[in-house]
Amino acid sequence: MPVMLRTLCLALAAIGFTAIPALAQDGPLRIVIEEGVIEPLPFAAPTFIAENPSAAEFADQVTRVVAADLAGTGLFREIPQSAHIARVSNFDAPVSYADWKAINAQALVTGSVALGSDGRLNVKFRLFDVFSGQPMGDGLQFGGGSANWRRIAHKVADQVYARITGEGGYFDSRVVFVSESGPKDQRLKRLAIMDYDGANVQYLTDSSAIVLAPRFSPDGSRVLYTSYETGFPRIKMLDIASVTSQGLADLSGNMTFAPRFSPDGGTVIYSVEQGGNTDLYALALGSNQPVRLTTAPSIETAPSFSPDGSRVVFESDRSGTQQLYVMPVGGGEPTRISFGEGRYGTPVWSPRGDLIAFTKQNAGRFHIGVMRADGSEERLLTASFLDEGPTWAPNGRVIMFTRESAGAGGSAQLYSVDISGRNLRAVPTEGAASDPAWSPLLP
Amino acid sequence: MNKLSMILLLTGALGVSACNNPDRFGAGGDGGAGAPGGITAASLGDPNDPNSPAYFNQTIGDTVRFAVDQSILTPESQNVLAGQAQWMNQHAQYSAVIEGHADEQGTREYNIALGARRASAVQEFLIAQGVSPARLRTVSYGKERPLAICSDETCYAQNRRAVTVITVGGGV
Repeated sequence: MPVMLRTLCLALAAIGFTAIPALAQDGPLRIVIEEGVIEPLPFAAPTFIAENPSAAEFADQVTRVVAADLAGTGLFREIPQSAHIARVSNFDAPVSYADWKAINAQALVTGSVALGSDGRLNVKFRLFDVFSGQPMGDGLQFGGGSANWRRIAHKVADQVYARITGEGGYFDSRVVFVSESGPKDQRLKRLAIMDYDGANVQYLTDSSAIVLAPRFSPDGSRVLYTSYETGFPRIKMLDIASVTSQGLADLSGNMTFAPRFSPDGGTVIYSVEQGGNTDLYALALGSNQPVRLTTAPSIETAPSFSPDGSRVVFESDRSGTQQLYVMPVGGGEPTRISFGEGRYGTPVWSPRGDLIAFTKQNAGRFHIGVMRADGSEERLLTASFLDEGPTWAPNGRVIMFTRESAGAGGSAQLYSVDISGRNLRAVPTEGAASDPAWSPLLP
Repeated sequence: MNKLSMILLLTGALGVSACNNPDRFGAGGDGGAGAPGGITAASLGDPNDPNSPAYFNQTIGDTVRFAVDQSILTPESQNVLAGQAQWMNQHAQYSAVIEGHADEQGTREYNIALGARRASAVQEFLIAQGVSPARLRTVSYGKERPLAICSDETCYAQNRRAVTVITVGGGV
């Protein structure tokens, strides 16, 4: 029984990636992430067809990355190729649904890879709902330089993820973090950036000064961070493409830290310390006129904007211990939103606006948790000796954070967990790593 | 070269630096960890010479400690700081950078703010004892430069500290 195949749109692009959007077509195949997936959905990804001999290596690698992205979510389980019955020899050949059904593959991803003489890679894929015997959305192709093969693979996986979960993808994204080395009392720290899965690490600073807590601009082109280059903590802004940094407005010798961009990228909100008191300020980039947002004698730090830019969540110890507060973006009376036992810090608003992730410290343990923006429905996702500093995946469904082990030999490592608290896993990095910040989805 | 690096070189040349006191990390303005290959040498001074920074560090005491999440100076700390102030008032050629530190049981940003509070508490005490504000600066390292590296209270108590680091120059 031949399967109806929609016309695969072909497109060319001089630079970057091109993608022809698929028609929205919700099949019965669907994972709802909020519910927490206990049994991952089995899928098959036969090695993509190499359209020419030089594409063979890429075809194999692209397939592996697509499968690893999907399996890495904990929502999907790959059926090993050794168990496959059907052999896909042609990208446009009809699908033998019965053969895939026989091995209980619920989703099938097929693809092809062509390498042009100009070094451009062209990757096509299709997704099928095996049990209903239907394609899920149209076939799609991505083109780009062969050096970007991993990004192309991530884009394919993002499409598959989005079609099955109904959520945006997050695989074609990067993470800026602090790479750590050296003993605990003389830790060397340098900024680094990598793909979300730990590949393609690039160092952005040397380790001659302590650097902390990098934060992406909304377009992913710049990073704010705190550096001890001058001997004092000061905020710097780094342009990723040119790997050059500049200091933010110099507030007459005060310590500045905990910066974060506004959703439009035009404003930086951060902490300034004066005479032992730490308050929040906002600086419109290019203005050199910081605006003071809080004036309490308590510590106000770790601010994060709501995605609509109207509010700011931050931590303050004005009640006597660290707690979370929300205030209007221009300042004004903050509303406390955390009321559970223990201390709450490092709040970060989800890019979807629905949740705030935080670090909680209680009874000698640290947790990463989430709550609604009004403080309700608090849920703790992790527990360890020291978990801190959550950052959201671009789709607001996965959180990455720092986990540090105890003792003289303790070291930091990046972990990720989904918002249901499942799929806790270490993010592979060459050495110790801390303070991750997840980029938006790349264009 | 920044001003503090200059001060480090200067103190090295004069042979009176406290900057490579092995009990302290992150002293001075080089961000703590020296750049690879940047080997510096500086005399500690003679701890028996009451005019030396080594005497200040070891006999008077350059460090005061704090309770968990506190920046209150205990009576014992106030005694040490009164000694620091007296020494600084008698040695106007020196300034100081007061480093505030926290233990690892806290989030990174909060600990920077907490360390700043501790450094500021020391600064205010020294000013009240007559040391010119122009000779005192503060810096917080948060939990970035622990003195002791175990993960229990014996180490945490040593890490919740403020260290007065003597530098050459009448005003920073």
